[in-house]
Amino acid sequence: MDQTLKDHLVAFLLRQGDNTLVLGHRTSEWCGTAPALEEDIALANTALDLIGQTQLWLGYAAEVEGTGRTANDLAFRRDAYDFKNLLMLEVPNEDFGRTILRQFFFDAFQVPWLDALQGSTDERVAGIAAKSLKEALYHLDRSSETVIALGDGTEVSNSRMQAALDYLWPYTGEMFADDATDAAMSGAGIAPLPSTLHTGWRGKVAEVMTSATLTTPDSTFSHKGGRTGTRHTEHLGHMLATMQVLQRSHPGAAW
Amino acid sequence: MSKEWPLWEVFIRGAHGMSHRHVGSLHAANAEHAIRNARDVYTRRNEGVSIWVVEAAHIAASNPSEKGPLYDPARDKVYRHPTFYDVPDDAGNM
Repeated sequence: MDQTLKDHLVAFLLRQGDNTLVLGHRTSEWCGTAPALEEDIALANTALDLIGQTQLWLGYAAEVEGTGRTANDLAFRRDAYDFKNLLMLEVPNEDFGRTILRQFFFDAFQVPWLDALQGSTDERVAGIAAKSLKEALYHLDRSSETVIALGDGTEVSNSRMQAALDYLWPYTGEMFADDATDAAMSGAGIAPLPSTLHTGWRGKVAEVMTSATLTTPDSTFSHKGGRTGTRHTEHLGHMLATMQVLQRSHPGAAW
Repeated sequence: MSKEWPLWEVFIRGAHGMSHRHVGSLHAANAEHAIRNARDVYTRRNEGVSIWVVEAAHIAASNPSEKGPLYDPARDKVYRHPTFYDVPDDAGNM
């Protein structure tokens, strides 16, 4: 594999792992404080699924990178600008409504994305995708049903879901913004172009938003800079400070 | 109207179990929600392959204070146990 393709593959794997890591950490922030015991456990399960997927993606990223770093180094010893997650996943949870709607937007992307990655020319990518897809399918089932229940619920729950939708919408476009790394992955048959999933995602979202009696904004404006690492929100650094404090204070600490 | 979700009783059939067993209860808005919650609360350690839920309000229960008349009369009727027979191997689990 030539160096340019290898660099793109590492970037691609970091995107995969950083997405699940950042969303996994955000989701874990609910542990012990969710609105109901059952939701608390469900959110903790989701967070653990995502962290498990992170270990696989970042573990492979570290191997391809080949500089001796481990998945733990990548997760806990990089700074905000090295992270390549979607901006949508790093913004604060705010409330349960925004948390679950973000989860739905991500799940509705992950399911067809991981499904396509199962056919990757890279066997490791295909294997990680196949394992992750089963978890993503359950996440999508739970998040879509919860979004519908809250959107089509009471006046209060509907208005909070609509506020979450208005807030998150400008962040969703970043999922489908192709760049040179995506072109390289597509060219090598490792992953499809994210933009090819946009229409299907819009269809799934429209279906769920209609059932949830929520109104999707007209705007196509999109925040960007997370996947490339060039312009994260101010929230990521605060999140990393909490997430990384132990490894920063005691580098290499292990169980 | 109560703002609490109703209570559901959860029954799980384990991988090698032959019948669903009561494992506990939880709160949920409706049956589908109860099954998802049961999956998350009661099968996270790989306990089950099948889930039943039933709203607790629909379960009719015997009265504990009637224990004597209900169960004591059966105590001295050992002949009702099929322990005086040899069970053929082919009969399998009984």
